[in-house]
Amino acid sequence: MNENTKVIKGRTGDWEMVLGLEVHAQVASKSKLFSGAAVGFGAGPNEQVSLVDAAMPGMLPVLNRFCVEQAVKTGLGLRAQINLKSRFDRKNYFYPDLPQGYQISQFDQPIVGEGVVSVERDDGTTFDVRIERLHLEQDAGKSLHDQDPNATYVDLNRAGTALMEIVSKPDMRTSEEAAAYVKKLRTILVYLGTCDGDMEKGNLRADVNVSVCRPGDYEKFRATGDFKHLGTRCEIKNVNSYRYIQQAIEYEARRQIEILEDGGKVDQETRLFDPTKGETRSMRSKEEAHDYRYFPDPDLLPLVLDPAWVKSIEETLPELPDAKKARLQSQYGLSAYDAGVLIIDADRADYFEAAAKGRDAKLVANWVTNELLAKLSAAGTEFTNSPLPHTDIAQLVELIENGTISSKIAKEVFEHMWAGEGRPAEIVEKRGLVQINDTGAIEKAIDDLIAGNPDKAEAVKDKPQALGWFVGQVMKATGGKANPGTVNELLRKKLGVE
Amino acid sequence: MSLTNLTLKAAIDGLAAREFTSVELTRAHIEAIEAARGLNAYILETPDKAIDMAAKSDARRALGEAGPLEGAPLGVKDLFCTNGVRTTACSKILENFVPTYESTVTSQLWRDGAVMLGKLNLDQFAMGSSNETSYFGPVTNPWRAQGSTKALTPGGSSGGSAAAVAADLCLGATATDTGGSIRQPAAFTGTVGIKPTYGRCSRWGVVAFASSLDQAGPIAKTVEDAALLLTSMSGHDPKDSTSLDIPVPDFTQFVGKSVKGLKIGIPKEYRVDNMPAEIEKLWQDGIAWLKEAGCEIVDISLPHTKYALPAYYIVAPAEASSNLARYDGMRYGLREEGANLTEIYENTRASGFGDEVKRRILIGTYVLSAGYYDAYYLKALKVRRRIAEDFDNAWTQCDAILTPTAPSAAFGLGENSNDPIAMYLNDVFTVTTNLAGLPGLSLPAGLDANGLPLGLQIIGKPLDEATVFSVAGAVEKAAGFTAKAEKWW
Repeated sequence: MNENTKVIKGRTGDWEMVLGLEVHAQVASKSKLFSGAAVGFGAGPNEQVSLVDAAMPGMLPVLNRFCVEQAVKTGLGLRAQINLKSRFDRKNYFYPDLPQGYQISQFDQPIVGEGVVSVERDDGTTFDVRIERLHLEQDAGKSLHDQDPNATYVDLNRAGTALMEIVSKPDMRTSEEAAAYVKKLRTILVYLGTCDGDMEKGNLRADVNVSVCRPGDYEKFRATGDFKHLGTRCEIKNVNSYRYIQQAIEYEARRQIEILEDGGKVDQETRLFDPTKGETRSMRSKEEAHDYRYFPDPDLLPLVLDPAWVKSIEETLPELPDAKKARLQSQYGLSAYDAGVLIIDADRADYFEAAAKGRDAKLVANWVTNELLAKLSAAGTEFTNSPLPHTDIAQLVELIENGTISSKIAKEVFEHMWAGEGRPAEIVEKRGLVQINDTGAIEKAIDDLIAGNPDKAEAVKDKPQALGWFVGQVMKATGGKANPGTVNELLRKKLGVE
Repeated sequence: MSLTNLTLKAAIDGLAAREFTSVELTRAHIEAIEAARGLNAYILETPDKAIDMAAKSDARRALGEAGPLEGAPLGVKDLFCTNGVRTTACSKILENFVPTYESTVTSQLWRDGAVMLGKLNLDQFAMGSSNETSYFGPVTNPWRAQGSTKALTPGGSSGGSAAAVAADLCLGATATDTGGSIRQPAAFTGTVGIKPTYGRCSRWGVVAFASSLDQAGPIAKTVEDAALLLTSMSGHDPKDSTSLDIPVPDFTQFVGKSVKGLKIGIPKEYRVDNMPAEIEKLWQDGIAWLKEAGCEIVDISLPHTKYALPAYYIVAPAEASSNLARYDGMRYGLREEGANLTEIYENTRASGFGDEVKRRILIGTYVLSAGYYDAYYLKALKVRRRIAEDFDNAWTQCDAILTPTAPSAAFGLGENSNDPIAMYLNDVFTVTTNLAGLPGLSLPAGLDANGLPLGLQIIGKPLDEATVFSVAGAVEKAAGFTAKAEKWW
């Protein structure tokens, strides 16, 4: 049994949850999947709509090669099979924000097949989520129901935008794992440059499949692949934050358990998560489910990829998070945790690597992942927009390394750097923060201190832990600039502490 | 002789020889159209635009910039979107639709100097074989049986195109063919029509019926005229993913070319029950003519032919049911109000589509539905594959195939309109080429006992319109078909 499975206590015994996700990622592309219309956030309603997007009579789709390249790149990044032949199908249903009356999608021949994503839990352990498939499809427009009490407005700017639907197998067992998976997937997509990962704008959103079962059932499912061992699943549509994903799952699992414990049965259905109430509610049942009447889109030829083209894409793949993490650990001797924090986005890792050149890498990693990251997060910005260039962090660490300043002083210097007072060396110079390494000056301070406190100097011989008081006093007397190592060493000698 | 009696080729030659101007030629056609309104071939006349285009054409010619169709007035089937000119597909749902774009095919005609006379009637959304499903009423065939005044169908769906060409209301017309909609009307009106290889003509800007079957093509007075028009209409269009990126030859150079040594296949499966003896005889005449011209006649078998019509009437409605989903009253076209969204959809589509269109949407929706998809749609796709293989096999034995175009001559308006199956049977000889994507041409080859025209069909290999035109040219020459509908309108 997976020790990470969370047992949910019920009245009738223990339960576990089984989770699978369908993540919709908007393809980073300047134009739409089948029309030349621009893609962009913030344009006025219906300003980015071509004749094709509006489904005018006689208009035809033409596949955007760049979007295909992005999907292939993503597939390679998910260590998945690239299907050299795939097909586009029509998914038929009526809705005002779907101008064609069908969505062009890929039904039984997706462009990308099975793959795997390695995901880190918060405690640093990892688990694999198997990818079932990735397919390309068009997004719909937006229906605006809140503009007029008697009318719905439709904005077709998003209609026809390319989406990648990435379907996982039911390999997640806790809501934390589900969120961690989406985080990791997002990191990979952003590394690849195939999706901007902006969840607030809805450019990355998840449909979450939740079911519950008794302990042991999941293992039977994994051994046989037979879904009969699992409970009936409900699909929660369009959840667009990590927090909501977790909340929705927790609520939904509880809801299903209560139904089952009351002797009822879970209906397979599509549900919506209401973030204000923290609840899921029924959207449509299996009986009400649409018959989408999928069939091959006769306006488009089967998509056939040249293996050489796929290979050329593979050759241009950037270093992906897992590889980068392993390299940071081996090349710089970083801890798994620090490496994990640094690889969350590629810019962060790049910043670190630039700053670490010729410096104590672990020390640089500490400064980058602690002080600087905290400041940037508080300022709501990221490493690409850091007001402090990597050369400043490198210089700060150099000053520590060569003994010019102590780590403690460095923190003070850092505050001044962040306040925009200049480069670290200038600040140290200007503010007179250079460490006192002069033994004579420190010795004098120690001698004065012992002379003024003979009883304490006597007591410390039996109680060496009281040495700290002396250190503090010496530092105080030197304005914090005394080299702490030297202070310690001299104190021990003069006080006779081993 | 009136200017409207000229063939397209003769008219272009006359324009080139400065015997008359495009404005004169166009005006003669406008007058003929006005005098023939009883035929209901044009549902929209654009005389001002025509004269304007003709004047510009004359100006170009004066500058020595004449295109291959310079100054030739043509009619346009109202399935082709025309920029700023109402395009209805002869439906109520698009009754007032004015496109802001021009179909690729028509834009190529205008590029080559042609002049637009107006928009031609058709079966609603090209669904029909008699032009009777048009929201604007049926077209009347200019031909009548000898001694009869009974109104006959010009066939469909390109009934307006065929009637306009037959009645000299244009020098040629655009048409489309999904299951025979160019060739059957051509056969019923004594005109020439060709559906080229699927992908020859761009479908961009043509209101879609069944995307995998729809092809544009011309209806014309002679084989040479058809070749002239098809040359201009064809060509790769990056806006249509199914358009073929293959050079287009000048098809006219193949008309009149010797057919000596060509092998002509005669498929035994096209000898259907109850086929009129006159059609069988015409077929034999065609065989004899080609033999005389030096062709070798080969008996061939296309064993899956009998499944073609049922397969067609599954695939075409399936695609149509999806293609016509966009007519929902939301963005353009007819909108009928309702208490909620579903009612708006229901009211709009109930009111906007005619019965035949609704029938096909329902059939198409049914065959794609869960539980029926495999038995109908998927099976039909398999049949389609078998039919294409039949032709692949045939091409190992012959260079072109000769068949009748339609199982009867033009029938009376109203005669089949309550019997969809009888109506669908009109397509029995023509649907196979749509299913297999092959070029097919119909040309008039004789008259039946009532003096009504009958057509023969020549089917070619994929992209081998050249041979089709050569064979058609030979049959045309041998048949010496010169009959015209006697003017009564």
